[in-house]
Amino acid sequence: MGADTIDKVLMTGNEAMAEAGIRAGCRAYFGYPITPQNELLEYMSAHMPQAGGAFIQAESEIAAINMCYGASAAGVRTMTSSSSPGISLKMEGISYIAGADLPCVIVNVVRGGPGLGNIAPAQGDYFQATKGGGHGDYRMIVLGPSTIPEATEHVMLAFELADKYRGPVMILADGMLGQMMEPVVLPKPVDPATLPAKPWALTGAKGREPNIVTSFYLDPEELNMMDVKRESRYRQIEEQEVRYEEHETADATVVIAAYGSVARIARTVVKMARGEGIKLGLLRPISLWPFPYAPLRAIADRVDAILTVEMNAGQMVEDVRLAVAERAQTPFYGVLGGLVPTPKDILREVKRYAG
Amino acid sequence: MPRGAIIVDKERCKGCGLCLVFCPQDVLAFSGEHNRSSYDVVCMKHPEQCTGCGFCAQTCPDIAIEVYRQKKPKDGS
Amino acid sequence: MPVSTENMVKVFERPNSLNESQFSYCPGCHHGVVTRIVAQTIDELEIRERTVLVAPVGCSVSMYQWFRCDGTQASHGRACAVATGLKRVNPNLIVFTYQGDGDLAAIGTAESIHAANRGENITVIFINNQIYGMTGGQMAPTTLLGQWATSCPDGREGSLAGYPLRFAEMVAQLEAPVYVTRQSVYDQKRIMATTRAIMKAFRYQVEGKGYALVEVLTNCPTNWKMGPVEANRRLADEVVKTFPLGDLVDRGQSG
Ligand SMILES: Cc1ncc(C[n+]2csc(CCOP(=O)(O)OP(=O)(O)O)c2C)c(N)n1
Ligand code: SF4
Ligand code: SF4
Ligand code: SF4
Ligand SMILES: [Mg+2]
Repeated sequence: MGADTIDKVLMTGNEAMAEAGIRAGCRAYFGYPITPQNELLEYMSAHMPQAGGAFIQAESEIAAINMCYGASAAGVRTMTSSSSPGISLKMEGISYIAGADLPCVIVNVVRGGPGLGNIAPAQGDYFQATKGGGHGDYRMIVLGPSTIPEATEHVMLAFELADKYRGPVMILADGMLGQMMEPVVLPKPVDPATLPAKPWALTGAKGREPNIVTSFYLDPEELNMMDVKRESRYRQIEEQEVRYEEHETADATVVIAAYGSVARIARTVVKMARGEGIKLGLLRPISLWPFPYAPLRAIADRVDAILTVEMNAGQMVEDVRLAVAERAQTPFYGVLGGLVPTPKDILREVKRYAG
Repeated sequence: MPRGAIIVDKERCKGCGLCLVFCPQDVLAFSGEHNRSSYDVVCMKHPEQCTGCGFCAQTCPDIAIEVYRQKKPKDGS
Repeated sequence: MPVSTENMVKVFERPNSLNESQFSYCPGCHHGVVTRIVAQTIDELEIRERTVLVAPVGCSVSMYQWFRCDGTQASHGRACAVATGLKRVNPNLIVFTYQGDGDLAAIGTAESIHAANRGENITVIFINNQIYGMTGGQMAPTTLLGQWATSCPDGREGSLAGYPLRFAEMVAQLEAPVYVTRQSVYDQKRIMATTRAIMKAFRYQVEGKGYALVEVLTNCPTNWKMGPVEANRRLADEVVKTFPLGDLVDRGQSG
């Protein structure tokens, strides 16, 4: 109730992302319960109908993502959310959404895995999100917020990017971000009627040729043409949409590479290290695809080590190593099982590479 | 003067033979003439018996048949 | 032989909702008959300009290429979920799915049942040819007991492969659907009945009445390894024994 009028509120990450979705002009949300993202679905169930949009608690994540396919094909800003096991079920749908050039925003509030894993925060879905997950040659813009205010901003940004590049955009959060409460400044609501028209949308072939939304091209020449066109959009995304944050890297001899909740912890580590005279910095990839390879490479030329810290067995570190090549040491520190690394543990790792 | 007539679009016909058995008047037969997709195309063997009932067209899976019917006297002028 | 149509009126022609392309179906395939009936219904209801069709994965996968309506293609089995998304955000659209037995009643069972259970105001055309046509004749959930298919070479054995799934009956148990019927197209009378059923299903959607399912028993001459005429006999003599024809639910009459 309050969120509709008051712009600065205390909210859980899940609720804030839901409200930000509605404010971004999203008028179709389809989801299925799974911890730790339930509050997002529940918030939508109460507020989406008030906003005049469509809400369905679907029979499965598969149904939900395919409802998104339909609603997005009709030209409406569309969103779904889930957590790891549910995102696995959405992968086929995400591939079709990419193949049919449909905008769609997907929130993954990542939990421990593989399998049923647990409901604690984790980052084990990095590969799935950034390297494919679904079948075929597609890419998905992946944003990794590290605070609730940022997650809120990312929802607005995700809708803009999805519409601009006509593809799926994922917000890769984690259980900590979803469940935690923080004060957030909510974005100004966007009136869907003021958004740029989507001339490709399925609105009925009145006074125009029929519109077709499909990923099916039997003729290899034709499919090749569609794929090449999409690839060129991906190149454009790689050039224009890389986002990252550097913190205290100017004089650093060691830099932590971390995203999401881990990056938030790493900021504390930087402070602790600096207090002890260790020149530690942080590079935080914000867009996980496109990945900030060039900024990392630039830093690698002037530091001794880039320590990647993740809540997984080492996934983003592969991208870090790709960026750094042999320019600096690229150690990895990870915790698994839904455990969260403590600043002390990370600092201990840092010290192994500092001076 | 037959009561009805049909026109078969030879390139659409796939020679399935369904119209032949649906025709109550035994009007249709395979022509022995093959179209560009090499299907044996249907023709009117007994056009004088056609009533324009449209059964053949209803069953044609490829919409290869158009059906015509004699105007009723009042339609005439 | 030239045929004169002088002094005659055209009483049957290609529906205006279709473009000029040929269907990709095999010779004698009933898919073509039902696709034509759907197009004719769209013409008669004058809804072409607000219709969106959802093609399945199956022999009608590229159906949207033949219609002069907006169209999309759903992943295998998910047509009813896609249709739900389309219709919920734009209730003014007339949305229909056209799905085979594998698509609707095997891989898509959950989506198909739940769209029906929510009473989505969509029209579902269900092509029950008792086989997987597109992939070359494997067993479908609707394959008859004893029927040969490439993946049940000794004929379908119920205790191992399950029994023919009566989807219309399943949906008829639900509270929401307004119209559930099973029809066929093996003779003229059945074609007319199917035409009326599809018209009713779409009309109910136009009137905002809700979910309708028209199951149509059809052939697959190619994978049944049978001529279309013989296939019609099989439908009339055998298939209807497992899948009885007729309306199961019609709650649309009043109001
Ligand atoms: C996820 C997935 N699994 C399997 C397939 C392969 N496949 C394509 S069509 C089909 C079955 C089609 O049979 P049916 O739905 O009965 O349609 P018909 O061709 O008989 O009209 C299958 C299994 C696919 N395309 N996608
Ligand atoms: S219109 Fe009737 S009588 Fe004439 S050819 Fe067709 S089925 Fe036979
Ligand atoms: S039913 Fe149609 S396709 Fe089949 S033989 Fe007759 S005209 Fe040709
Ligand atoms: S394979 Fe069977 S169902 Fe598919 S088009 Fe051919 S005859 Fe029809
Ligand atoms: Mg089938």
